[in-house]
Amino acid sequence: MAYSEKVLDHFKNPRNVGTLDKTKKSVGTGLVGAPECGDVMRLQIEVDENTNTIRDAKFKTFGCGSAIASSSLATEWLKGKSIDDAMKIDNMDIVEELALPPVKIHCSVLAEDAIKSAINDYKEKNG
Amino acid sequence: MAIRKIYLDNNSTTPCDPRVVDAMVPYFHDVFGNAASRSHPFGWMAEEAVDYSREQLAKLIGADPKEIIFTSGATESDNLALKGAYEMYARKGNHIITLETEHKAVIDACKRIQKMGGDVTFLPVQRDGLVDLNQLEAAITDKTILVSIMWANNETGVIQPMKEIGEICAKHGVLFMSDATQAVGKIPTFPKEVGIHLMAFTGHKMYGPKGVGALFVNRKNPRVKVTAQIDGGGHERGMRSGTLNVPGIVGLGTAAELARLEMEEEAKRLSVLRDKLEKGLMSQLEECYINGSVKHRMPHVTNISFKHVEGEGLMMTFNQNIAVSSGSACTSASLEPSYVLMALGLGDDLAHSSLRLSLGRFNKEEDVNFAIDAIANGVNHMRDLSPIWEMYKEGVDLESVEWAEH
Repeated sequence: MAYSEKVLDHFKNPRNVGTLDKTKKSVGTGLVGAPECGDVMRLQIEVDENTNTIRDAKFKTFGCGSAIASSSLATEWLKGKSIDDAMKIDNMDIVEELALPPVKIHCSVLAEDAIKSAINDYKEKNG
Repeated sequence: MAIRKIYLDNNSTTPCDPRVVDAMVPYFHDVFGNAASRSHPFGWMAEEAVDYSREQLAKLIGADPKEIIFTSGATESDNLALKGAYEMYARKGNHIITLETEHKAVIDACKRIQKMGGDVTFLPVQRDGLVDLNQLEAAITDKTILVSIMWANNETGVIQPMKEIGEICAKHGVLFMSDATQAVGKIPTFPKEVGIHLMAFTGHKMYGPKGVGALFVNRKNPRVKVTAQIDGGGHERGMRSGTLNVPGIVGLGTAAELARLEMEEEAKRLSVLRDKLEKGLMSQLEECYINGSVKHRMPHVTNISFKHVEGEGLMMTFNQNIAVSSGSACTSASLEPSYVLMALGLGDDLAHSSLRLSLGRFNKEEDVNFAIDAIANGVNHMRDLSPIWEMYKEGVDLESVEWAEH
């Protein structure tokens, strides 16, 4: 199975790899997937509380190339978005952008779950 | 600069040896006859070539040429042996014993036999991949007709105790069949010495062509027969009809002869390279584990799990240059990793993190050096990206994390 150019690009030069301080009030963390399933994504956002926009986003992913590319792309999209707009990111947008084949759609679903989980974590922290 | 391409997936298939191809070529045009044509020299010459190949194969495995049945490959040989014996010995019983770690050609043929009314026991293996001989013996009943155990495993290279299994089968008067696809031509495989009655193998795993293989069928003490699964002209002593693939058979015979003459030296050379590859990786990377018995395994194979790194992603870091296999099955809808590694008792995480590296005749030391660096870099890249590696490094007990399984 050949990967699309975009998947390869994100895989070889992943954007926004790293870790934010999850104890900070302004940081939301989403950890989804399981080692037994072959993929785990951790996606973090840092939110500017005055404007409610995402100032920074970081990820780390254990998984195949498509899982890594999906989470890398997600962090790119998240930066600068309002929380409300970020909630609207749909997994099929990721599928389309990365030209993921059907067997890899679950990678995009996981990325969407990670986004929502990070936002929910932030919301819970900030009541 | 051209992209360097290194093939370390010789358990999937091997390239044809150029000497094999040279031997085959005349049989496509000069000597093109049907080996079953008894009435003219075109047929006689083709038959002569087939007989010669049969002798070459028989010599490699210490058998009589009459005990070699040509087929289209190991999958067909496995199917013929299992289903053919099941039908032929239906009066004696309907029970077959095999292993959970067998190749799909055996497992799925056995599942078909279950649907046909047969009773099949899939025995587990031990942590090192070896069958538990006591458990095997205990599984034999008065309905057991056949034990099917592979000589060497395709994923781990683990070699089963063939002689001991043969003794158990002889003691209980049951047939012993072996899928020896990964072993024939690589290590000595003499079915008669270990009490095997049916043995499947193929050309393309030993530098011969694809689409041609053979089944050894023991002819004396006991005289074994299998019911044909393909009906037609009654070729191959009535056990496998169909016009013989003469060029393929000539290629298989030549490959067998080359293997017989060069096997010993090749195995020595490859085991040195394999050990170098293994040491090169294990010495610079933490948390790697060799899967399967290190003592009882093929000289050219290693299967290693790199903890907290997903196998398919890892392969993607170097697969422009190096071809290997992974036990991870991220491409399949089920997300189930290798059933062979799972049968060894590996956790899903380690099974998802494995690479199989299988060396072959055309690999050189430079290939191994290049692969060590590329794979080690890939593992480091993937670990930098891996949240579970970070958690592990921070001392988080991954078992205690509540994962959101999906």
